[in-house]
Amino acid sequence: MTQGGIDAEQVKHLGKLARLELSPEEVADYTLQLEQILGAITLISAVAADHIPPTSHPIPMENVYREDIAVRGLEINDFASGAPSFEDDRFRVPRILGEPG
Amino acid sequence: MTTEYQAVIAEFEPIIGLETHIELGTNSKMFCSCSAQFGGDPNTHVCPVCLGLPGSMPVVNRVAVESTIRMGLALNCSIAQWCRFARKNYFYPDMPKNYQISQYDEPLCSDGYLDVTVPTENGPQVFRVEIERVHMEEDTGKLLHAGGAGRIHGATHSLVDYNRAGIPLIEVVTKPILGTGELAPEIAKAYVSELRDLMRALGVSDVRMEEGSLRCDVNVSLNRQGEGWGTRTETKNVNSLRSVERAVRTEMVRQAEQLRLGERIILETRHFNEETGDTTSGRSKEEAEDYRYFPEPDLVPVAPSESWIEQLRGTLPEIPSVRRARLQNDWGISEFDMQSLVNAGALELIIASIDAGVQPSAARKWWTGELTRVANERDCELEELTVTPADIAQIEGLISEGVLTDKMARSVFEGLLDGEGNVTEVIDSRGLVVVKDEDLLVEAINQALSESPDIAEKIKSGKVAAAGAIVGAVMKSTKGQADAAKVRTLLLEQLGVKE
Repeated sequence: MTQGGIDAEQVKHLGKLARLELSPEEVADYTLQLEQILGAITLISAVAADHIPPTSHPIPMENVYREDIAVRGLEINDFASGAPSFEDDRFRVPRILGEPG
Repeated sequence: MTTEYQAVIAEFEPIIGLETHIELGTNSKMFCSCSAQFGGDPNTHVCPVCLGLPGSMPVVNRVAVESTIRMGLALNCSIAQWCRFARKNYFYPDMPKNYQISQYDEPLCSDGYLDVTVPTENGPQVFRVEIERVHMEEDTGKLLHAGGAGRIHGATHSLVDYNRAGIPLIEVVTKPILGTGELAPEIAKAYVSELRDLMRALGVSDVRMEEGSLRCDVNVSLNRQGEGWGTRTETKNVNSLRSVERAVRTEMVRQAEQLRLGERIILETRHFNEETGDTTSGRSKEEAEDYRYFPEPDLVPVAPSESWIEQLRGTLPEIPSVRRARLQNDWGISEFDMQSLVNAGALELIIASIDAGVQPSAARKWWTGELTRVANERDCELEELTVTPADIAQIEGLISEGVLTDKMARSVFEGLLDGEGNVTEVIDSRGLVVVKDEDLLVEAINQALSESPDIAEKIKSGKVAAAGAIVGAVMKSTKGQADAAKVRTLLLEQLGVKE
């Protein structure tokens, strides 16, 4: 791996972390695309100075808060039908252990 | 202390670290307006934000930020002038978004300490626990594992309730705690206990451990003297003060056994079994976890102003250690006595009882005597007993009105502890009423005298001390439901003897 670059192994690892099944073609494709993005970031890093804080949001804005008041949200009927599986007022999910990590 | 544990200490030095999660007692959740109340019917405290529905946007709860800052100040931390939330990405159905909003490299509070007191052979000793960070995050949903006896192992599927998802959570992380020696388990327990008391004093959480509103991850490693730090294990979700102490001790003994056999300690998470006190292997952390943290784009930075922080500093209550010193003085008890009632988990209960109208000495007597004994017998915390400060106030009131004797009060406690109902119900069902009817008492006294004419003669001849035997007989015949002092007075009257 070169400075600021990325190789196919890392892309495969990222795919695994993101639970994406990537074909060899996709790995090659994404490696190239991510290379380009990282190249652009390397360019920015070269001019980034210590006294300039990293931009976190395009519009400078801080301290946006909500008052601590509880409000009734959704009713089960509002969302149950949108779930792949719903049982006893709870979301039903497949077996957790015994699946590939 | 077991000799097994002594042998571990003779050979190894422990290093411990504690990560404590505490649910805040806010009205609403961390990033949405759903109720943050414990429980509720499944999936009734949910909305698009905490269900992770596309397009929904989180907004930070002001009180949660204030509570975290106040906690940080109480823990002597520096408060960040500017910090952000971060996404912790992982795939597990307890979070519907596939990430948890947390803080990563920019915690709101950092570098503090908490002084804790532990009992030692040389009296109470103060130990300073350094705090690495205090940060904000959200709690996760609750999984119910179906099939496989409710455990994740062997379950066929799981059911998820998202009421808890998004409840504000503070995580308090210590620096590695060095130099504890054999006191490691006690220091761990004292730290969590002090942290709990601090949260309660601040009013930011009611910290009901049995409801899981305080959960502790316990890190332990061992090394031989002069060697570098050993590999640590992390025992997850240790949910009571006693368990924190036991988890440290168990893990120290287990690791020492491994090390003596020349085996290496594996970097892993372990589960604590509340029943056996053992830890079992969980997930290996050998392959470093990769949560792909990045700044949360949907939330703006938290940048508390100096004036806001100072205003919050002004709301800090008397800290628990100062309060303890004051109460110790008010009650006129020794540091040792204060420490032992703190260790028994009795302090807050005693204070609550006094607030409910009980005399300080009586409150101390019940909580540190009878009730502590029962809690020890049952291997549980005092506050888990089915006796409340209000019950004690009611019972003490009845004693002073002469409705109950001390002995009958004990019977009421027995009934309460065995779950026979409230004070009134126990008194009714056990038939506990002081026999006040003097005629009945006199009858019982005469009966007792006629059964022991020799004692009657003794008393008459001036040996008043012999009265005890008759009083005892009357108490027995009234099944303890008479006031012994009253019986004695009546007895002497009956025989025409003066004290």
